[in-house]
Amino acid sequence: MQFSENWLRSLVDTNLDSEALSHALTMAGLEVEEMQQVAAPFSKVVVGKILSAEKHPDADRLQVCKVDVGLAEPLQIVCGAPNARAGLLAPCAMVGADLPGISIKQAKVRGVESFGMMCSSKELGISAEATGLLELDSGAVVGQSIREHLDLDDHLFTLKLTPNRSDCLSITGIARDVAAITGAVTNFAKITPVPVELAEAKNVTVNEPAACPRYCGRLVSGINAKAVTPAWMMKRLERSGLRSISAVVDITNYVLLELGQPLHAFDAAKLTGDINVRYAKAGEALSLLNDQTVELKADDLVIADAQGAVALAGIMGGKPTSVDEGTADVFLESAFFVPSVIAGKARRLGLSTDSSYRFERGVDFGNTRNAIEYATTLIQQICGGKAGAITEVSGALPVRHPVKLRMARLLSVLGIAFEEQAVAQLLTQLGFAFSTADAVFTVTPPSYRFDITIEEDLIEEVARLHGYDHIPATPPVAELTMLAAPEQQLHLNKIRDGLVSAGYQEVVTYSFVDERWERDLLGNHAPIRLKNPIASNLSVMRTSLWGGLLDTLSYNLNRKQDRAYLFEIGAVYQQAVGAFEESTRISGLAYGSARPEQWAASNVDVDFFDVKAHVDRLLGAHARYEKDTHATLHPGQTARIFLGDSAIGYLGKLHPRWQQHYGLQKNTYLFELDANAVLKRPLPRYQEVSKLLPVRRDIAIVLDQQVTASAVLNAIKNANIPLVTDVSLFDLYQGKGVAENKKSLALSVLMHDTQKTLTDSDADSTIANLLELLKNNFDAALRN
Amino acid sequence: MADLTHLIAEAEADFANSASMNDLEIAKAKYLGKSGLLTDALKGLGKLSAEERPIAGAAINVVKQAVEAALTLRREAILSAEQAKQLAQESIDVTLPARAQSQGGLHPVTLTLKRVEELFHSIGFEVATGPEIETDFYNFTALNIPEDHPARAMHDTFYIDEANVLRTHTSPVQVRYMENALKTNKTPPLKIIAPGRVYRVDSDATHSPMFHQVEGLWVDEDVSFANLKGVVQDFLQKFFERDDLTVRFRPSFFPFTEPSAEMDMSWNGGWLEIGGCGMVHPEVFKHVNLDSEKYRGFAFGLGIERLTMLRYGVNDLRHFFNNDLRFLNQFR
Repeated sequence: MQFSENWLRSLVDTNLDSEALSHALTMAGLEVEEMQQVAAPFSKVVVGKILSAEKHPDADRLQVCKVDVGLAEPLQIVCGAPNARAGLLAPCAMVGADLPGISIKQAKVRGVESFGMMCSSKELGISAEATGLLELDSGAVVGQSIREHLDLDDHLFTLKLTPNRSDCLSITGIARDVAAITGAVTNFAKITPVPVELAEAKNVTVNEPAACPRYCGRLVSGINAKAVTPAWMMKRLERSGLRSISAVVDITNYVLLELGQPLHAFDAAKLTGDINVRYAKAGEALSLLNDQTVELKADDLVIADAQGAVALAGIMGGKPTSVDEGTADVFLESAFFVPSVIAGKARRLGLSTDSSYRFERGVDFGNTRNAIEYATTLIQQICGGKAGAITEVSGALPVRHPVKLRMARLLSVLGIAFEEQAVAQLLTQLGFAFSTADAVFTVTPPSYRFDITIEEDLIEEVARLHGYDHIPATPPVAELTMLAAPEQQLHLNKIRDGLVSAGYQEVVTYSFVDERWERDLLGNHAPIRLKNPIASNLSVMRTSLWGGLLDTLSYNLNRKQDRAYLFEIGAVYQQAVGAFEESTRISGLAYGSARPEQWAASNVDVDFFDVKAHVDRLLGAHARYEKDTHATLHPGQTARIFLGDSAIGYLGKLHPRWQQHYGLQKNTYLFELDANAVLKRPLPRYQEVSKLLPVRRDIAIVLDQQVTASAVLNAIKNANIPLVTDVSLFDLYQGKGVAENKKSLALSVLMHDTQKTLTDSDADSTIANLLELLKNNFDAALRN
Repeated sequence: MADLTHLIAEAEADFANSASMNDLEIAKAKYLGKSGLLTDALKGLGKLSAEERPIAGAAINVVKQAVEAALTLRREAILSAEQAKQLAQESIDVTLPARAQSQGGLHPVTLTLKRVEELFHSIGFEVATGPEIETDFYNFTALNIPEDHPARAMHDTFYIDEANVLRTHTSPVQVRYMENALKTNKTPPLKIIAPGRVYRVDSDATHSPMFHQVEGLWVDEDVSFANLKGVVQDFLQKFFERDDLTVRFRPSFFPFTEPSAEMDMSWNGGWLEIGGCGMVHPEVFKHVNLDSEKYRGFAFGLGIERLTMLRYGVNDLRHFFNNDLRFLNQFR
């Protein structure tokens, strides 16, 4: 909400200067978002009257003016403005004036002495553009300071009001709060009823008293709709960000700004029959003032005449019944519509009006009649006309229930002690009616406060006026108990640290992604869609983090990076039956050389087994890998990762198709793991450490090339061959000496007995058992 | 018996001419080997008479000891020369760069989240989480923001469908946490922070459609607005490692807190807005069946990117989600 500081000061008498006032408002919850001077400081500019304007002898575009500035003699001023003419009243900067960016000195302009400068509004710094001298109205007093005449010693305040403070959506409301904050005295104009000079009145019926508990209407006849809005009113409207439209509309806007009561003026001649407040009928339409025609819904409250809806109640009037230059009789409306009926309706139509903004937050229902009287007074002053009686229809207005405020509760919520007397003083400053007994205040909020319904609301009011600044920052006192720290559940930060030490840089990418990634890269044809995405390429929720990683890779390759190890930990979102499922994934990407380029190692690109080592590091020794396929990955280099029986992710090389699609010159490796599974760790269990030494035997076996290493190792492990404690693969060979389609695996077998030292024959028979097993399962033979 | 003392000088000369251990062994054999000159001389003693034998033996032994001493001396000399040579050969340029390993790093937002969690953990706050696709009920209604409430316009919400949104703040976690706690018979004190991603339909130089918040909640029989101020100020002082930092509260409005406040932090002589807070609104307690007569609570929400920018001097929010490695590498 924007307004003129001087307008506010006309209603409340505070001795705070502009800065202090702004600070006080902000610290009381009426945040001043901006405070702007109407005009930069300058002096020695007065109202001047051009007595004569003669052509400059040596310049076509200049005139030599004689200007009366209230001194004994008129000043001679050379002026280039096209509108300079005899009789014009305009600002005159005298010698010695300091205007924004220019100092006025006595000067010779093309040989003619000039004793000042006639000014445009731009030169005074009050508008960005101007075409000529600022023309002042005929009432301007020659010689008066222009700052005084144009009321330039003023500031534009812009408040960022919270939705609960609808009472401050008017100058009166803000003045009331200034008084409450500072104890200053308000100076509200006394509104008196206008004498009724017109016998006619419109009948008003309200079908929906619950939605419209008060409706006041009045005819004002014989007005001059062409009357000019007075300068003082226009200035206040402009400084509130409203443009002048016509006298009648300006008056309704003015009352809205000053009192916070939205009004509407119908052209009475365009209304047919009685006024009726009702909900819209099926299929009813209305052409609004903004030239938008709207289809009304059954829950749209309307003002109707005999022919149909003429206004969307509390939101906007209709075009066909609006006032225009030819209007002679107006029907003024001042009503109270309950917030819940208006809330959301304007937004549904893509509108937000000054009226709907106030009604949906709450308008003072105690001021409905005052507002119409005030508007009538102003209409008669400016446009003339005779007023009829007010037709008022009142139903059950909102009831302000008394709210209790216990001193004890006040202390416990705020943490500071108040004197009862101090609380009483603050409530008085707020204008709240209250009684007190046994350290309990019973407060009845006024009609303009829609936000005081529970004790906490009053506590906030007390705190607000006392000043949040005066509440100390006190550390809480609490019982000490330790927090749980489950040892079998790792913290994600541990995973992060592991990836960082493996060389991966963490990134954070958007949770919403390009629908094409989901469809093409991941084969997801039914992603979770946003109804209102910020961009078409950020329209669906991701089911994998790979899209974001690949995108980040491209972004960085385009910036001349040639190596990227990236990871992200974040949520993915799946459509489940009747619900959405979210789970956290750990996802990584590796591209470029296996090690940073250096003198000490050759420049080899990262491969599958480098990345597998990184993944293994996260999973401990428990992971199992099985050959699999995935739409994103190379069919010959894809592993499904298992922990126990659960599949927990994938590891593989980016499919050449996608490599080409992303324009990647090198191989790219990706992995993605389910975080929940990764974070689980068994609690270590002690096992007896033998005093006896293990025996190691190395064997090489030849078997079919298709048999996977994990199949061999798992078979040995699962067979639980007595004495064998560990088997590991230490060489893989294919080529000369090994038949085609065969491969040789070299295994080291560790044997151990906790009871006795193993003999050679013990070891021989154990190895024989093992070879027997491998022969049976894989047709493997000992290599010669 | 011939005088053998001349052999000492000859052996010394032979040894001196031996450049390596190998040569030295050959030279040694000439005097001390199986058929070396001295060995032969000793063998020849048997031919002498019993009277001559001890005299001649003693004389040979004197020579032999002298030769052995010369040998030892030379052996040590050669060894130490060879060692010196080896050491010289093995010397490296220790100023060459180390064998480089890849160095990763954490995202600056994570750095802040970690510190926030650690600081609050140190006074007993647990971390709670909730879904990012949130129901309209938890995101709004349970937080006392009914449909069509003007406060909803303060949140530019991403919608999935009629009933589901991308959460616009981390506050719904408050409600979910309290609900669950009470279901599992856990009673106050409840102390949590809820960090995570939040979403608003807003994208320009100072707004990102996705960003991070941390919500804090403390429910107990005796916590106050003054305590809220105390906790927030303590946090900010520790987070920024500045004891002189103060926090200023300004009255504000959030439907789920009453009284409500905007938090400003003193910074470079001015005030910076860093989040919202307040005492948990009785309506919120009502939604989770907590007795607001018995318990009070405070809640606060802080913007993680904002904290990160101030902490590290980052001047553009967009850096966080562009993921330019030249930016991210600075936080290692």
